Amino acid sequence: MENRPFIYLDNAATTSVRPEVLTAMEPFFKESYANPASIYQFAQNTHKMLDESRETIANCLGAKPQEIYFTGGGSEGDNWAIKGVAYALKDKGKHIITSKIEHHAVLHTCEFLEQQGFDVTYLDVDEDGLVTPEQLEAAIRPDTILVTIMAANNEIGTIEPIRELGAVAHKHGVLFHTDAVQAFAHIPISVEEDNIDLLSASGHKFHGPKGVGFLYIREGVKLPPLIHGGAQERSKRGGTHNMPGIVGMATAAKLACEQMEKNAEQEKELRDYLIQRLEQEIPYVKVNGHRTKRLPNNVNVCFRFIEGESLLIMLDQKGICGSSGSACTSGSLDPSHVLLAIGLPHEIAHGSLRMTLSEQNTREEIDYTVDSLKTIVETLRSMSPLYEDFVKNN
Amino acid sequence: MYSEKVMDHFTNPRNVGEIENADGVGTVGNAKCGDIMRIYLDIDEDTKVIKDCKFKTFGCGAAVATSSMATELVMGKTIYEAMEVTNKAVMEALDGLPPVKVHCSLLAEEAIHAALWDYAQSHNIEIPGLKEPKADIHDGEEEQE
Repeated sequence: MENRPFIYLDNAATTSVRPEVLTAMEPFFKESYANPASIYQFAQNTHKMLDESRETIANCLGAKPQEIYFTGGGSEGDNWAIKGVAYALKDKGKHIITSKIEHHAVLHTCEFLEQQGFDVTYLDVDEDGLVTPEQLEAAIRPDTILVTIMAANNEIGTIEPIRELGAVAHKHGVLFHTDAVQAFAHIPISVEEDNIDLLSASGHKFHGPKGVGFLYIREGVKLPPLIHGGAQERSKRGGTHNMPGIVGMATAAKLACEQMEKNAEQEKELRDYLIQRLEQEIPYVKVNGHRTKRLPNNVNVCFRFIEGESLLIMLDQKGICGSSGSACTSGSLDPSHVLLAIGLPHEIAHGSLRMTLSEQNTREEIDYTVDSLKTIVETLRSMSPLYEDFVKNN
Repeated sequence: MYSEKVMDHFTNPRNVGEIENADGVGTVGNAKCGDIMRIYLDIDEDTKVIKDCKFKTFGCGAAVATSSMATELVMGKTIYEAMEVTNKAVMEALDGLPPVKVHCSLLAEEAIHAALWDYAQSHNIEIPGLKEPKADIHDGEEEQE
């Protein structure tokens, strides 16, 4: 690592907790440890902060505070929204529409429901990862009860046209859920303008703590609980409130939403600089995802003739943290379902690298990363029989 | 997740490269599954000793490390002795592999066998225990995992 501090380019996996967030959380581990469900005065502050946190989150979405339900994270929100609608509306219909590039929290929930007798349509995406309103329109049936399409993709960063997709769903009287785990607090979202009935998000993707998230449920949408228990969250989600987590998430959301424009500008500049240098300085590179309808912090590229895990280990040795959609990192023999869905052949998908930035990254870090990548890619290609064959045949 | 020896052979792989006019060449694996190994052998005509062995690998850290170790293990052995370089031998020499990476050591064994097979075919030799290499190392593997 040559005495360099490590460079963190995996902010889609998780983010660091901001110092202001940690400060806001601390009292709820210490002097304000009361359970907000208790009635004595000692619990007053926790109760007040629970309400305030709910209001803060609601404000970020243009929602009402009573429409925000705290959860244990993004996966819980996705499970609750999808299984909840399926259970509540199973007598009306058993058809659900989603896309092929959703997070596994959505895809595996849908697959589970298929085993329970539900019918799921997985919409294709184009080569940039986009779902079109026309596709959705064509897929809706009289028995469709839910459309669930992510706001932005976690791997390739493509931003889906959720406003238009939500409008199509509503035109047919179908509920619209969006997994906004990567999008919330990064790009503007309004539940009203974007036609959203249900939205899941996770605290640790925007410099908040892990293990906490929320589900937005539009007023009037009837959703049975996923976690049965006490009267917390208006009897919709049992379990003692994770007060430090909730306060931390709300603080992080407030800061992220206030600074959204500035952070996005900064990240976009670095993102585009990184992409530009990679394309100009390394041959046989392919950028994955839409060029402009893209999360400000996402870079996803494939380097032909090399494999992602090798690349990640070598980057790690240079002190750089990234991620890959290769089979070796996905834990199966297949590369990422997202890269396959946008039409990449297996051998190219194996050579993918995702780098997700935060406003804390610097241009120097990006320069060091590109310089390191140039050497690493060259080394791995010199060892690659695929590259050898390519050179001999061209 | 990898042993020190695996990391050593991944970061400083031994015998990377090609041998021009090699006596035996074997390529196994497929790009679809994410790993391909190619082994080149230079074999003494009279003694049947492997004088030189080089490899090229497209794959994960374990794939590179097992190829590197396999070339080290067969070097200096006769083509008959090289049959002792099994996937188990490669794994042991690397101080083990994570369970999901065991197939990489199988691939290394297959690559050596494929190169030996290539030599045996062109020289009309029979190497006891050597069978025609499988077209795809991953055949029938999915059920086991």
